[in-house]
Amino acid sequence: MVVSEDVRKIAKLADVGVDDREIEEFTSQCSEILTYFEMLDTLPQGATIDRGLVNIFREDEITESLSQEEALRNAAEKEDGFFKAPRVM
Amino acid sequence: MAKTLTFTPDDKVHAFITTIPEVSYEDGPLSGVTVAIKDNISTRGIETTCASQILKGYIPPYDAHVVTLLKSAGAAIVGKTNMDEFGMGTTTENSSFGPTLNPCDPGRVPGGSSGGSAAAVAAGYCDMALGSDTGGSIRCPAAFCGIVGLKPTYGRVSRYGLIAYANSLEQIGPMAKDVTGVSRLFSVIAGHDKRDSTSVDRPYIHTPNPSVKGLRIGLPEEFFGKGVDPKVADTVKKAVSVLEQAGAEAVPCSMPSMSHALAAYYVICTSEASSNLARFDGIRYGPGGDLRKSWHEEFSDRRQERFGKEVRRRIILGTFSLAAGYFGRYYQKAQTARQMVRDDFARLFGEVDMIAGPTMPSIAFKLREKSDPLQMYLSDILTVPANLAGVPAISVPCGQVEGMPVGLQLIGRHFEDEKVIDTAFAYEQGAV
Repeated sequence: MVVSEDVRKIAKLADVGVDDREIEEFTSQCSEILTYFEMLDTLPQGATIDRGLVNIFREDEITESLSQEEALRNAAEKEDGFFKAPRVM
Repeated sequence: MAKTLTFTPDDKVHAFITTIPEVSYEDGPLSGVTVAIKDNISTRGIETTCASQILKGYIPPYDAHVVTLLKSAGAAIVGKTNMDEFGMGTTTENSSFGPTLNPCDPGRVPGGSSGGSAAAVAAGYCDMALGSDTGGSIRCPAAFCGIVGLKPTYGRVSRYGLIAYANSLEQIGPMAKDVTGVSRLFSVIAGHDKRDSTSVDRPYIHTPNPSVKGLRIGLPEEFFGKGVDPKVADTVKKAVSVLEQAGAEAVPCSMPSMSHALAAYYVICTSEASSNLARFDGIRYGPGGDLRKSWHEEFSDRRQERFGKEVRRRIILGTFSLAAGYFGRYYQKAQTARQMVRDDFARLFGEVDMIAGPTMPSIAFKLREKSDPLQMYLSDILTVPANLAGVPAISVPCGQVEGMPVGLQLIGRHFEDEKVIDTAFAYEQGAV
């Protein structure tokens, strides 16, 4: 069970805006879905997970990549070969 | 020698987001075969949107590995198909460009999330299509539209250039009118690619063989029980009897892990999505930002404006599942449930060679029928187990209920995609 304040907090952490008109709808839907997820909590903790996977390593070699121009082509805001973003601080 | 064809379908069912009116193609095993590509697979120079406003106008500077392979095989790439935004849905109604309609009944959905690909093939606009399958997104629309769709063994097809939604679950796969078409397309796209770190060196060099003599086919009771339309279950059982007549043996069995599989799937896919979709900040691609706002404010506003509700809902659910205080209850337990599914398959594949059941628990929904998210999620129950375990699964048309197609799902052992294709082919031949 989650309340609208939980959803607001998580939405803020995830950087997805949810406006006041939507918050009730999101809260009841998320609450219903998270209640459904709770059935997982009946399972034992710490079961052995065997994916049959092994790490494959490679040398750190220079390979072909996008040119600076190609990498910037889809950006709306750019300056002197850089992406331009809103201030973080 | 480069040749060209013109492609101007009368796209009544809105299968395409982008079409390419003049297509050039080369010689090769698929020379001149028209292939549509789901719009979450990168195509150099052709807009690729994932059916999202946040990627509207994005022109990939490179091709996905599968697209490179298709071009070298001579395929004529005719367009990019509609889908649920970022693959998040079971109906193709969650597209920001509007829904695709089912060619068998325009009042119904084509299934999803590769609904545009399935509809384009079913409507006869193109010969074949690529889809991607995270929890059933190839098999569901194949079943709902009456075509064949394969989710290959995880790792068999490179995901390089597939715009990621839930990496540990998804595979690109072939869709076509018949098993032979799926097999031809699969033979072009399977194989190793060092740019996908989960890619496996298992090319597919195979011609479908309709022999199922002595094949043991398990029928898990969970695939035919509660929540499954009895008329759909009966149609699929009749299809299995066609395989029995061809020499296969049907064996009743059980998959108890199904009780937790769907919850595990949704915890894992939303968790992976919440991380993957963080890259959509509108800065490096997309609409750009209002530089007067602060980063978080701008990021949050832009994502609210450009992501649909289902995408934001899944990001929020995934962030919940990974948050301190919930991680042990949801994400870690989902991994336990995922292992239980793998263990169930390992046990069953010691007793049987193949598992059969319906692809979907019902026929195609009416448009707007699944407006409640949880109700829509529940309809994925029969397709998610194969993704959780990474095993191959195909959907092949096996009759109709109320005039709508029903899909027979066949699930095989890891890397036995050939046997899955052969069994589907045996059904297709036997049902004629």
